Amino acid sequence: MDGEERVQSAAAFKSYMLKNSTKSNLNLYDHLTRLLMKLMDEQPQNAVDVIEDMSSDVKRGLLEEMQSTLQDLPETTADVELAEQQRLLFTRPKDVDHEEELVETPLPNVSELSFYLEQAGVGLGREEMQRIFLALKQLVESQLLSQCRLWGKILGTENSYIIAEAVVEGDDHSIDEPAEEEEREVDTQENEIDQLPQSTYKPPLVVPKEATGSGANKFVYYVCNEPGLPWVKLPSVSPAQITAARQIRKIFTGKLDASIVSYPPFPGNEANYLRAQIARISAGTQVSPQGFYQVLEEEGDEEDEVSQSNYEPNPDFEGIPAAEMAESLSNWVHHVQHILLQGRCTWVNLAVKPGEESNEEGEADEKEEEPDEPEPEVGPPMFTPISQDVEMFNTPPWSLSLSSTLTSQHAVAVLRSNLWPGAYAYACGKKFDNIYIGWGLKYTGGGYTPPVFPLPQKEYPSVPEITEALDPSLEEEQTLKETLEEQQAVREEMEAAEEEEEEDD
Amino acid sequence: MDSNSLYYSLELVAGSGHILTLEQRTALESSLVLLKKNYKFSRVLFWGKILGINAVYFIAQGRGEDEMKDKKNLYSLNCMDWFLLPPASDSMIEEVSKATKGRFMGDPSFVYEHQEIHRQGKGNEPVNEKAVVSITVTEEKRLAVSVHQIDAEVSVVPRGAFIKSPRGLVQLNRSFCGLSEAEARKLDNFLHFRPSKNMKKKSVLDMGNWNPAMDYLDALSDDIPKGSWSLHFEFARKVCVLRSLLWFGLTFYHVPMTPQHGYIYIGDGTKNLDLPFML
Repeated sequence: MDGEERVQSAAAFKSYMLKNSTKSNLNLYDHLTRLLMKLMDEQPQNAVDVIEDMSSDVKRGLLEEMQSTLQDLPETTADVELAEQQRLLFTRPKDVDHEEELVETPLPNVSELSFYLEQAGVGLGREEMQRIFLALKQLVESQLLSQCRLWGKILGTENSYIIAEAVVEGDDHSIDEPAEEEEREVDTQENEIDQLPQSTYKPPLVVPKEATGSGANKFVYYVCNEPGLPWVKLPSVSPAQITAARQIRKIFTGKLDASIVSYPPFPGNEANYLRAQIARISAGTQVSPQGFYQVLEEEGDEEDEVSQSNYEPNPDFEGIPAAEMAESLSNWVHHVQHILLQGRCTWVNLAVKPGEESNEEGEADEKEEEPDEPEPEVGPPMFTPISQDVEMFNTPPWSLSLSSTLTSQHAVAVLRSNLWPGAYAYACGKKFDNIYIGWGLKYTGGGYTPPVFPLPQKEYPSVPEITEALDPSLEEEQTLKETLEEQQAVREEMEAAEEEEEEDD
Repeated sequence: MDSNSLYYSLELVAGSGHILTLEQRTALESSLVLLKKNYKFSRVLFWGKILGINAVYFIAQGRGEDEMKDKKNLYSLNCMDWFLLPPASDSMIEEVSKATKGRFMGDPSFVYEHQEIHRQGKGNEPVNEKAVVSITVTEEKRLAVSVHQIDAEVSVVPRGAFIKSPRGLVQLNRSFCGLSEAEARKLDNFLHFRPSKNMKKKSVLDMGNWNPAMDYLDALSDDIPKGSWSLHFEFARKVCVLRSLLWFGLTFYHVPMTPQHGYIYIGDGTKNLDLPFML
């Protein structure tokens, strides 16, 4: 019973201890091992008194470990996703020559812009501006833009839009949609079968939109939701969209394909509405110091046409000191064409038949021979000082101030629009810029009343054939019958009299 | 926005487009501290800016022992000299709502006038006595009423940031460690910081986590019209920003998992009554 048997019984006991329990899948051997290792590590006082607690601790510790294997993988949170995309902003392509970068680049100097705007009390915070800067750089390189500018930011309920204004090279002549719809001719064929009443409805003629590079479509706009996310190009704007945008009041949601439910119905989705508001805001609030831009002189064919839509920076501009800029509004001028009531910058005469259209475009003042010619709409000429802007709703349209009263020697002149809250401009010596950060809504001076529905149209013209009349009553029928009989009797007498006369002859 | 956190929290709300210039910020840092000492506030907040046509008002708010009731508002035109605004009483609110139209002028002594014509008829006799009552309101009163209304309608705090002590005092919760990211996405966890108006009884299901020390305020998700708050994660999606669409310009920020939160109003001080048309 000595050596071998003892070894055998020890092995048997060990295998007994190694048997996994049916309830908890633990075995005594491992448990005791762990317990003793814990005691060795911790060496508590009065170990024998706390041994039961330690044993249950070890068991509990095991359970927690087992639970941890059932946990989900950590979710990729939103900021991690964005950080990955924004990381690309900070990478620098290796094959760019240093020489290329030193040449004049279309990339705007957003750091400078952000500095001056900070003096004015406007901006998005330095870090965000830096990210936007890098995102613009990405845009300029990927789209090969010849000119680019940060236009601003429009806030929305779910997401915001960061907007860049650009000129794309080689995209001058986009195909315009067919200009006018043909007038519906009323069917005047006279058939023997009665025709159903024809509709005399003529849909209002669609105003053609301006070509890319002129008027409201002078620039192309790119938007993104956050810097780092891909830029999306906005479609060009049509006059119908501008007219509708003037009548509705909607907050942007942040999704470009959201539909705009409104009355009057907006022709397009949120991307079009965004573009229309951008066009209106630019036309209303983009200003520059007087003399900064000058009209580009072109050789025009017709003398009456003044091509005011092209301007270039004036090389002789000497800069107006900020103190003067901050004093009077006449030192600031608009440099974007005003949008007429029609929805375009240059007026188009819609009442003309298609063949003669080419002679009448432009702001020509030729008098027409036809009497019911609509009057051409003329907007204020380019470079009108903003002191001539009309005051609406008892508020002056602009507020002017200096950025600092304490250090006015180096202050910046700040211009704030009251009509479009969020539109700012600054000027400091030779430098100036505009920006818009806001909700994209115009100040309406109080309550907005949606336009009233028009009266329902007349369904058909009231022509005698289809006009209802009362059936004749019994008395009327009888009187008619009597008169007819009298006439009959008279005629018979006359005939009888004629026959007698003939017989006489 | 607490004056202690001014230097970093202004960047967090800059997404709305308005920031303070460096000059204004440094002036505020000095003057708010002095304000706190002179008026013996326990906390002083920079409440915001109201943009008038000719000038801009800077508003500060001092809080006493009870954060909700002991509030005093002050205004300044240059961030250094502060003037106390009168507390807004109901009669003042009524006068202001009748007499004022349009934007703030920027001059505290500007007077808005409104003429009301009362026709007095006694009983059956149609006596047409026209008494012209003209109500005049100074811009200072309008400012006081606007600040009060904005606070009452759109001031926001995260759930758990302010607790009600057993004595009924509303105080800062020093062990508030912030909402988690998931909680910060739900409007339920943001509460109006004003005496509760909706006393509707919630079902037992809703009241699962209900804690009388923390849930004595109305949640933002009960606001009508729904959708009058826009929730964003800005600043590289690290900061939860709430913007009100009812009062354009109110921005609330909260960094999840930290006790940093605050709100600021920078705007023209007019309510957006067209909101139902805009949504």
